Amino acid sequence: MRLERITNPSLARQLGFPAAAILATILVAMALAALAGANPLATLGQIVTGALGSKLALMETLNRATPLIFTGLAVAVAFRARLWNIGAEAQFYAGAIVAAILGTGALGSPWALPVTALAAMLAGAVILLGPVLAKTRLGVDEVVTTLLLNFIMLLFVSYLLEGPLKDPMGMGWPKSAALIAEARLPRLLPGLRLHWGFGIAVLAAVAIWIIQIRTTLGFEIRAVGANPEAARFAGMPVNAVMVKTALLSGGLAALGGWSEVAGLKGHLSLDLSPGFGYTGIIVAMLALLHPLGVVVTAIFVAGIFVGSDAMSRTAGVPTYIADMLLASALLFMVLGILLTKVRVVRG
Amino acid sequence: MIEILISAGFWAAVVRIASPLIFATMGELICERAGVLNLGIEGIMVIGAFTGWMAVYQGMPLWGGVGVAMLAGMAFGLLHATLTVPFGLSQHVVGLGVTLLATSTSSFAYRLMLPEVTSPPKIEPFQPFPIPGLSQIPVLGEALFTQTPLTYAAFGLAILVAWVLFHTPLGLALRAAGENPAAVEAQGLSVTGLRMAAVIVGSGFMAVGGAFLTLSAFSSFFFEMVNGRGWICIALVVFGAWRPGKAVLGAVLFAGFDALQIRMQQTPLGAVLPYQVFLMAPYFLSILALIVMSRRAEVPAALMVPYNKGER
Amino acid sequence: MTPDAATAKEVVLRLSGITKRFGALVANDAISFRLNKGEVLALLGENGAGKTTLMNILFGHYVADAGSVEVFGQPLPPGAPRAALAAGVGMVHQHFTLSDNLSVMDNIRIGTESLWSTGRSKTVVRAKIQALSQDFGLLVDPDARVGRLAVGERQRVEILKALYRDVRILILDEPTAVLTPQEADALFDTLRRATAMGLSVVFISHKLHEVMAIADRSIVLRHGKVVGEVETHATDRVSLAAMMVGGHVDMPKAETRAAGPALMRFDRVTTPNRGAAPGLKHVDLQLCAGQIIGLAGVSGNGQAALADLISGLVRPSDGALWIRDEKVGAWSPRQALRHKIGRIPEDRHKTGTVADFNLTENAVLESYTQAPFSQRGWMNWRAAETFARDIISRYDLRCPGPDIRIRLLSGGNMQKLILGRVLEAGPKIILANQPVRGLDIGAIAYVNAQLIAARDAGAAVLLISEDLDEIMNLSDVIHVISDGRLSPAFPRGTKTQTELGLWMAGQGFEGGQHAA
Repeated sequence: MRLERITNPSLARQLGFPAAAILATILVAMALAALAGANPLATLGQIVTGALGSKLALMETLNRATPLIFTGLAVAVAFRARLWNIGAEAQFYAGAIVAAILGTGALGSPWALPVTALAAMLAGAVILLGPVLAKTRLGVDEVVTTLLLNFIMLLFVSYLLEGPLKDPMGMGWPKSAALIAEARLPRLLPGLRLHWGFGIAVLAAVAIWIIQIRTTLGFEIRAVGANPEAARFAGMPVNAVMVKTALLSGGLAALGGWSEVAGLKGHLSLDLSPGFGYTGIIVAMLALLHPLGVVVTAIFVAGIFVGSDAMSRTAGVPTYIADMLLASALLFMVLGILLTKVRVVRG
Repeated sequence: MIEILISAGFWAAVVRIASPLIFATMGELICERAGVLNLGIEGIMVIGAFTGWMAVYQGMPLWGGVGVAMLAGMAFGLLHATLTVPFGLSQHVVGLGVTLLATSTSSFAYRLMLPEVTSPPKIEPFQPFPIPGLSQIPVLGEALFTQTPLTYAAFGLAILVAWVLFHTPLGLALRAAGENPAAVEAQGLSVTGLRMAAVIVGSGFMAVGGAFLTLSAFSSFFFEMVNGRGWICIALVVFGAWRPGKAVLGAVLFAGFDALQIRMQQTPLGAVLPYQVFLMAPYFLSILALIVMSRRAEVPAALMVPYNKGER
Repeated sequence: MTPDAATAKEVVLRLSGITKRFGALVANDAISFRLNKGEVLALLGENGAGKTTLMNILFGHYVADAGSVEVFGQPLPPGAPRAALAAGVGMVHQHFTLSDNLSVMDNIRIGTESLWSTGRSKTVVRAKIQALSQDFGLLVDPDARVGRLAVGERQRVEILKALYRDVRILILDEPTAVLTPQEADALFDTLRRATAMGLSVVFISHKLHEVMAIADRSIVLRHGKVVGEVETHATDRVSLAAMMVGGHVDMPKAETRAAGPALMRFDRVTTPNRGAAPGLKHVDLQLCAGQIIGLAGVSGNGQAALADLISGLVRPSDGALWIRDEKVGAWSPRQALRHKIGRIPEDRHKTGTVADFNLTENAVLESYTQAPFSQRGWMNWRAAETFARDIISRYDLRCPGPDIRIRLLSGGNMQKLILGRVLEAGPKIILANQPVRGLDIGAIAYVNAQLIAARDAGAAVLLISEDLDEIMNLSDVIHVISDGRLSPAFPRGTKTQTELGLWMAGQGFEGGQHAA
């Protein structure tokens, strides 16, 4: 079998294959539900209502989407430059740690929110900078280095929570002291459980989009990701671009951690992130690395998780169906996108 | 610390800890030599651990469990290979997708089959099989020759992989597929066939590495049991410069530090440093190994480059 | 083994009605011809005529849309190099299919033994290779790593790969593109020995003097069709050229010009080696205004180092670079651009363009930091698009508009875009690295005319090319590069092709220093 590029793909092709990918994912969901002994269609319905069926559910979904927008943007920015940032999880926690430290009032008056946000971004940027410098100076592949840092960071958080950051009033469960009120992100609208982290996330997505299409940095990032050799020949400072990408990407992921602590949870704990850094990869890929698309896919992915949680409580299908669906969606989607551009030919 | 290093128990632990790493590292090495980076390794180890254990729990003999694990690994290997080789999709994205799918499949199946259970049931694991004669040697005998059959299989696999890779036409074709696929096609062989076979077989071995954890080391399955070993094996392949012998050495070295770290927690140093520092050590070491070896290693020239026949 | 009715020669290969399309492009159009035993058949045509496509179909890399192939009277199953090899057809590819990290022996033996076997012993394989080496005059060291071999040696390995498999029909795709004239003669010697032993040869080329020297018969292709079939003794270079091109194309003639001041000077410049590719060794070079300086040499002798140096990708490890009267300090591609150096890279796909970017983005790839294309970090895409449109109209680019992805353009149009963005910046020094490689004759004429015009406007043009004819036609002054050393400057007309060939092979460079 051979792949042949299609010079002018038809609209039907461009829409059809992604639609087929979505359909395939739905079929997988129904099959898994049936396997668990539940009614396939009813299960799907419960996932949807669990995610969007009530104001409470919607708020939950959008709250869940907020960290995913941040990590999704982080991954999208990095992948665009062909920087394989698999360490968004560690960068996320870096931002969360900063929010927890600067927001308890123990360091004197709480620093203004914008300052803690910037400090968080700096922490995340520094975490990613190490692997990126190893890549540009020493040629070390960043996939494994960023991945291993995730494990190291998790252990570090565990150490902090059992030691320096331990909440003196915690009931044995390791968590940090609660943030004081001035260090918390306010609600988006009074009465809503949704906090300003969501607003900042959407603004960040718009900002990244503008950077990408209207600035020289965005042009450089796209060129370096598409053809680093041509970019270097044309005079682009490839290593500097990589470093700037790392600062941006690490900073965005860390901002997610900051937002989760300052906005939603109010404190740092070991289970702060159920894998937001990794899920961010799925969010970014499903959005085809488009910053505005990330907002949409983050809400979609959050909905799957929230809906599955709700559905699982009633229908009994294990919640892991959500991860299986997302993994399937990812694989179907990358295949579908490929098929919009190429034709499969014999021989 | 010296007492630790000269005790036979320590070295027995090192060999035991190294065994799953050897299986998985050999599996990844085969994939990468043929030109495919398989980031599904972590998830494939999980599914191997789960299926092997579940098969035995349902009544199969231990080696049957190993076989089931291998088949599960090969199934996910087939998925990875199909998407990355003939379709040429990003090996990074597909690998991470496969890891997520395999891991979540294990968790989903576990919950499905054991919904009420709070602690995972134990099975009767592989028992140590002392090799007659050799196991009587002081220190070495206990360390090397009183291991479970699966450990012997791990080292046997490494020898087999080295021989096939460097002394047979199949191994040569595989290596060439990872160096210059066009050269392989021009000689009448199929790059697609070679790469897919490498990924499928390699994934099978990775899964056996996972099964070692449940069938030999821990006797039961729990979430997070693989805990990043798959990623460490990717570092070990680089550390071993894509050569089986050196990779095994890396695995043993790594296992040594891991075994040391556990024991050091009991020493006076362990009272001073938080235990997390000890647990971090293996990951730091892997990063260090990558940095040190990346500069010199001979990467297979066509690693991660999809081959499209007749591309204009 | 069907006897040819006309001459009672044995027909070993017969192509009938081969047609192949790539999208809208018809690469091969109902091509038919035969190859007789013991014959050297030349397949002649300019770039893009369809020669390589045809041979790729024969060897099984591509599948034809129509037509059939018969080898020794038996139909050949399409699309499988394995079948072609089994039928006795071997191919020496233009871009060698060798694995650098494996030995010569390993490269030769891949695919010759069953994957389920344990393989023949190294001694046996080595012996067969050495026997073939002797018989055909192709000396190699079976245990050497291919990555360390020079280009000429690699080609010998590539040929031995085919001979090791006992092929009866040998296809060679532009084999002399990377050889010195003397190495080319050695190759022809090998081919004569081969045909004397009963092999039949198909030889793809666009070089007329070689075809006249070695081929018994020539098939001429143009735009995918067979336009002529002649016996060599019954024709001459002019007729062949006319058939190739379908008439007369005015190749621009460069008239000798007096040199202006030196715009760029290399003062005993040395750069480090990179793997098998040699660095520059104490090179002295002057690029003078109003001149085309041709750099002749077999590929892999330091051209890449020189090109990378001028492009800003590499710094001298010893010696100095002078631009006008200023010694160069900081050096990078951006610095080179700042000094008004225009660079046409060797590989327009890999280095010259970003395939998925559109023409506008590619047009400002080098200049995007300057007004009017950006200001303080904000891109002005409208100005960039206007610039792209200017290039499209001024440089005769055939395309629907600046918004399409550049990968959809033909090689010639892509090169015109690169040329346009380079020349519009008003460079004083131009590096033209293989500027017409892979282009059809019309595009070649255009590009050459532009380079001559730039020279006439006062620029210094460094022309690097593997094609000695092209260098000799266009250059005011020729240098030869061999193993990183540069010959003195030879003004136009002072050296013959043979003399240049000797310099290319390293003779004339005494003891590491060049002698006049």
